[in-house]
Amino acid sequence: MLVLDAVHAHYGKSHVLHGVSIEVRAGEVVGLLGRNGVGKTTTLKAIMGLVQRTGGRIAFEGRDLAGLPPHGLARLGIAWVPEERRIFRLLTVLENLRTGLDRPGLSAARREVVLEKVYRHFPILRERRDQAGGTLSGGEQQMLAIARAMVLEPKIILLDEPTEGLMPRMVAQIREIVHALHQDGVAILLVEQNVPLTLEAAGRVYIMEKGLVRHHAPAAELRADHGVIHEYLGV
Amino acid sequence: MAQIIIQTINGLVNGMVLAMVASGLTLIFGIMDIVNFAHGDLLMLGAFVGATVLTVTGNFWLALLAAAIVIAALGVLLQVTTLRPLIGRDPLTTILATFGVSLVLQKYALWQWGPSVRQISEPVPGHFTLFYLEYPWYRVATALLAGLIIGALWLFLKYGKYGIWIRATTQDRVMAQAMGIPVPLVHTAVFAIGSAMAAASGVLFGPFGGVTQTMGFDFTLRAFIVVVVGGMGNLGGSILASIFVSLLEAYAALVVSPAQAVIASFVVLVLTMLFRPTGLFVPTPK
Repeated sequence: MLVLDAVHAHYGKSHVLHGVSIEVRAGEVVGLLGRNGVGKTTTLKAIMGLVQRTGGRIAFEGRDLAGLPPHGLARLGIAWVPEERRIFRLLTVLENLRTGLDRPGLSAARREVVLEKVYRHFPILRERRDQAGGTLSGGEQQMLAIARAMVLEPKIILLDEPTEGLMPRMVAQIREIVHALHQDGVAILLVEQNVPLTLEAAGRVYIMEKGLVRHHAPAAELRADHGVIHEYLGV
Repeated sequence: MAQIIIQTINGLVNGMVLAMVASGLTLIFGIMDIVNFAHGDLLMLGAFVGATVLTVTGNFWLALLAAAIVIAALGVLLQVTTLRPLIGRDPLTTILATFGVSLVLQKYALWQWGPSVRQISEPVPGHFTLFYLEYPWYRVATALLAGLIIGALWLFLKYGKYGIWIRATTQDRVMAQAMGIPVPLVHTAVFAIGSAMAAASGVLFGPFGGVTQTMGFDFTLRAFIVVVVGGMGNLGGSILASIFVSLLEAYAALVVSPAQAVIASFVVLVLTMLFRPTGLFVPTPK
């Protein structure tokens, strides 16, 4: 469904991605592991068209994403949960969700269904719906960032380090929501530092090093043999 | 005492007109990081369009509406051709570009309407006695109308679907795009709204001081001052600052001549930049 083929990317003059090739099939959870600064986040940004792509091809459902306006990706079914969460801090929780809900072509009834579903997954957001996004705790902001992606009813979610800096209870909730999204048939490209979580949630895992994919294996294989993980991640 | 009350009313009336001009300027700055030095000239063109329509139809309210619509359309054209390609560039580039647009608009007005002052007659006749003065009702009506328009803008930004798009885009352009909000379109729409409000202010202000092709610069300057004093891009702050600065000027005019009273606003500007450069009317960051 989502195919990156030898993608190169630059930040100004520095060459960050050196030909990354990744594929995510419909409904699949794919993990992307690697140390800090190897280009995982940049890979997601390249998909979103936020870094200058200098080579290769990114296609979604067979359609090349080059030349698509940045706001066109959401319409195609690609949602992004950035590492910094990027909540609209001065907007209330409900207004944050409305940025995705108020799109053309979504009927009022369908809108209610989508909102209810998100509130069911994250009851805390219903409680805090009239509170400014900036006043939420870090964990709540992460919930809101994921909920905001979910209201787009995407086919794939690019999830960037969702558990970073969260308490174990919140991490457990993220694990549950990833599982629930998978049950719903939503594909996920999961960038993480949390190796156990990634190996548990993902079907396949790519391991990156210095702007390249160095290893690619089913998660089950990596769970059984920790040598590879140790070699690339040192854990 | 009587003078103080009169000047308070004068300050409030001027403050409301200024607030209308400044809210467009601050909205545009907030969302595009562009200081639009042609803002006052859009106001001036609006006033001329209004005066022309008034001459032809004799209907002030029609003139007000026509000016807003014509200048909104011009705003769209300007934004798409001149500013859209410059978004994200060095601020100096956009300042020079809008300054250039300002000169072009002024010279166009001179060519089209000539150097003489156009009068717009007051649509609301009558006066009421305020101590020793005959105070025109129109001034009071102007303040109320400006308040209504600003209130409508605020409601739209607060509750409207597109209002939320505008606020989201103002806060985080990239994330707004990722949420599927067509950001370039939002930018153009905001520029159109700001232009329409400037044009409407020009027509409303017309009966106060007449319409000339140089009237815009004064408004650009004053609106710029209150936008800075109120906190760049902060709508509520700009409105409060407009009223604050206008009241201050009105009171200063009691002591010195009105022409010198303008200095009061510059003093406020300089003091703000020195002691609270984020703006006077912004909440203290926690």
